[in-house]
Amino acid sequence: MIFEGLMETDVENLYQTLNREAEAGGYHLNPDIEFTKNLVRGLMKNERRYGYRSCPCRLASGKRAEDLDIICPCDYRDPDIAEYGACYCSLYVNNLIRAGEHLLFPVPERRPPRSQRSLKTVMATPGPILPFPVWRCKVCGYLCARDQPPDVCPICKATKDRFERFM
Amino acid sequence: MIGEHVNGKNVGKVVLYALSTCGWCEKTKQLLRTTGIAFDFIYVDLLEGVEQDDAMDIVERWNPHGSFPTLVINDRKSIVGFREKEIREAIGL
Repeated sequence: MIFEGLMETDVENLYQTLNREAEAGGYHLNPDIEFTKNLVRGLMKNERRYGYRSCPCRLASGKRAEDLDIICPCDYRDPDIAEYGACYCSLYVNNLIRAGEHLLFPVPERRPPRSQRSLKTVMATPGPILPFPVWRCKVCGYLCARDQPPDVCPICKATKDRFERFM
Repeated sequence: MIGEHVNGKNVGKVVLYALSTCGWCEKTKQLLRTTGIAFDFIYVDLLEGVEQDDAMDIVERWNPHGSFPTLVINDRKSIVGFREKEIREAIGL
């Protein structure tokens, strides 16, 4: 791994922030602190070189619109935790892995390969006429009915551009 | 340092495609180091433009998902992810 110019106090601060936010939202960081801090360093490096915290274990394009799905927490975290007990890079794990009762195994890549990715968002099929559109956070599934999605998801802190029109 | 040749016992051509930020890539690299074999590793995220595209074409030939780490052994076999037992078996250690 190559991490240059990162301040250890900044690494510690981001680790503490992510840990606090994870616990507040019912998520858990990987209990292997050294491994996890390296992932935090990866997020910081990606933020510095790309402008956003893309997954340290995936190759980012450097174009935010193409990488939205892999900005941490990624769109695949929750299904991966449900199926494998951890997200793809293993920054987030379930209770059993955190408690050391289950072992952590490599999580297969759920993101479609390059050739099958598409920027098109699937619009919901026409439904009932509603007084407000319903927006869905692609990271955690939070729904809200209002003219625009919130700037930041109140549950998982994902940014506004991670929301899709749900109804 | 975009990549490096690590000296050691020759068991054929062993190439690790990795990311400079990835914890599982790092674990795989450390495992290869402890086996004492000779291998090459390439940090694909540190390549640019055509060089990165070419490296991704190779990775995807072995691993259609284009994920990391991808270990290619003797241009014959690939192992995706930090799979210690499989890696040890594949390099005969």
